[in-house]
Amino acid sequence: MILDYLSLMRFEVLALGAVILLLLIKVFSEKMNISAILGFVNFSLLVILGASFIGRPHGSMFGGMFLNDGTLMLEKSIITFATLLISLQANNWLKNHSSYLEFYLLLFSVLIGMYFMISSGNFLMFYLGLEMATIPLAALAAFDFNRIRSAEGAGKMILSSAFSSAILLFGLSLLYGTTGSLDFGTVSRNFTSGSLSLLGLSFLLVGFAFKISAVPFHFWTADTYEGSPVAIATFLSVVSKGAAFFIFITILYKVFGAVYEKWIHALTLLSAITMTIGNLFAMRQLNIKRFLAFSSITQAGYILIAVASGTKEGMASIIYFLLIYIFSNVGAFTVVSIICDKTGKDDIDDYKGLYKTNPKLSIAMMIALLSLAGVPPTAGFFGKLFLLTSGASKGLIVLLVIASLNMVISLYYYLKVVKVMFVDKNENPIENISSHISAKIVLIICLIGILSIGFINCIFEYIHALSFGI
Amino acid sequence: MGDMKFILAISFALFFIGAYGFLTRRNMITMLMAVELMLNAVNINFVVFNKYLYADKMDGLFFTIFIITIAAAEAAVAIAIIINLYRKFKSIDENDIDTLRW
Repeated sequence: MILDYLSLMRFEVLALGAVILLLLIKVFSEKMNISAILGFVNFSLLVILGASFIGRPHGSMFGGMFLNDGTLMLEKSIITFATLLISLQANNWLKNHSSYLEFYLLLFSVLIGMYFMISSGNFLMFYLGLEMATIPLAALAAFDFNRIRSAEGAGKMILSSAFSSAILLFGLSLLYGTTGSLDFGTVSRNFTSGSLSLLGLSFLLVGFAFKISAVPFHFWTADTYEGSPVAIATFLSVVSKGAAFFIFITILYKVFGAVYEKWIHALTLLSAITMTIGNLFAMRQLNIKRFLAFSSITQAGYILIAVASGTKEGMASIIYFLLIYIFSNVGAFTVVSIICDKTGKDDIDDYKGLYKTNPKLSIAMMIALLSLAGVPPTAGFFGKLFLLTSGASKGLIVLLVIASLNMVISLYYYLKVVKVMFVDKNENPIENISSHISAKIVLIICLIGILSIGFINCIFEYIHALSFGI
Repeated sequence: MGDMKFILAISFALFFIGAYGFLTRRNMITMLMAVELMLNAVNINFVVFNKYLYADKMDGLFFTIFIITIAAAEAAVAIAIIINLYRKFKSIDENDIDTLRW
């Protein structure tokens, strides 16, 4: 019996075990070998990832508050995998950081929160998971103690996330008032399209739009990305956004699937302005981290197309796209982190002539950027193709036209960075950097993923078999 | 039912006063207080709905207790970050804290 429960909650239990072990290490041993602890942490992430391949648990706990099935396991293993990549990427930075242990304590707390949020079957559990995933993340964003900007970005993040949680909660309270329950299934059954429940739904949508940083609720994103350490910026753009999207589609499809006509227009509008504004701002960025921040806002706009389609194919293409997006974005951010670690430079102009001195890093960056732009044969092309196809199956033609125009525009600024690295001359370019072994591993994994994932058919089929529509 | 309308009017007013305060005030502590106002409006909503409409179950009351707890945790982290900012900028005014610009 207890074993069944443990197997159902394996992700949460393992991550909690890691947190407790780290706390014990922190309390009882004064001096520990940094490399040993970093190795232990990465190993435990690997164990959590490996645990997802054993068996297929399916069931619910705590009176339907906590659910687990194949789809949720897949989503959780995707975010665990991304966290592992980011942890390896941050390895070198953390070795010179005084509080590396606290970094992992907070990171695992965020992961536990995300697991519970994704697995929730009740709005109370969802809210608890969401807050547990946000509050430690704000502390992590302030983790570059020497830079003023880090604290500033964290301040903006915690204030805007508190504001968005309050809006989301207000929506939840109205839904509770009209349906009389917090359980996903009961809310879905009792939901009537009265004006009060629709007001609740729209507050909920606004709260979610903050979390996935859709325009016009994106103001905190660029500041926080630029301020926080590169590893945390990567985490925010990949894992945090991915987890928010996973629970967003679950709630929209499971709870509000019956009133599809009511939210489709809101999402279409949100998607169109998100990709357009994100693109326009990305074009004028001078800092590479801000540039990637606005690029990630634009990608969120593309994902919203498939969310708006509401089909099984739509959900499959979102999970598939987020998987590819992990490889491309972590790849690009890893190059940024290698360069930022060694030289402290993060302006796009500093990258002039990078190809002369660091040909390998430049080529890795180029492939990652091309994948973000969606150029074949990189995986990004296939991801976007599926997103647009799922939108087309629902006849969202206007949205698709806007999306394709935006993809052309985005090609301009992605290639502009490539041009800066390969063509532009520079008197004193960044010197030759020999990157750390763990960063090299991350880059190689990302490149293999980008170049091969589009051609492996079974991945999309596997995801498709686990997805569900309205 | 008559009472419920009045209380709901208060909670809606409280929520939008909080939202207005968050968007217009530039002092970070005041912004945090505005968020607390909004959360209190949510709490009132939950308690009122629970008492007047669904008195047989306690879902709303439980949710309120969790909101209060988490708001405390959120305020703790936010104030820690604000203190950190104050040490660096000697100010907690959003207009002075402007090294990051779009």
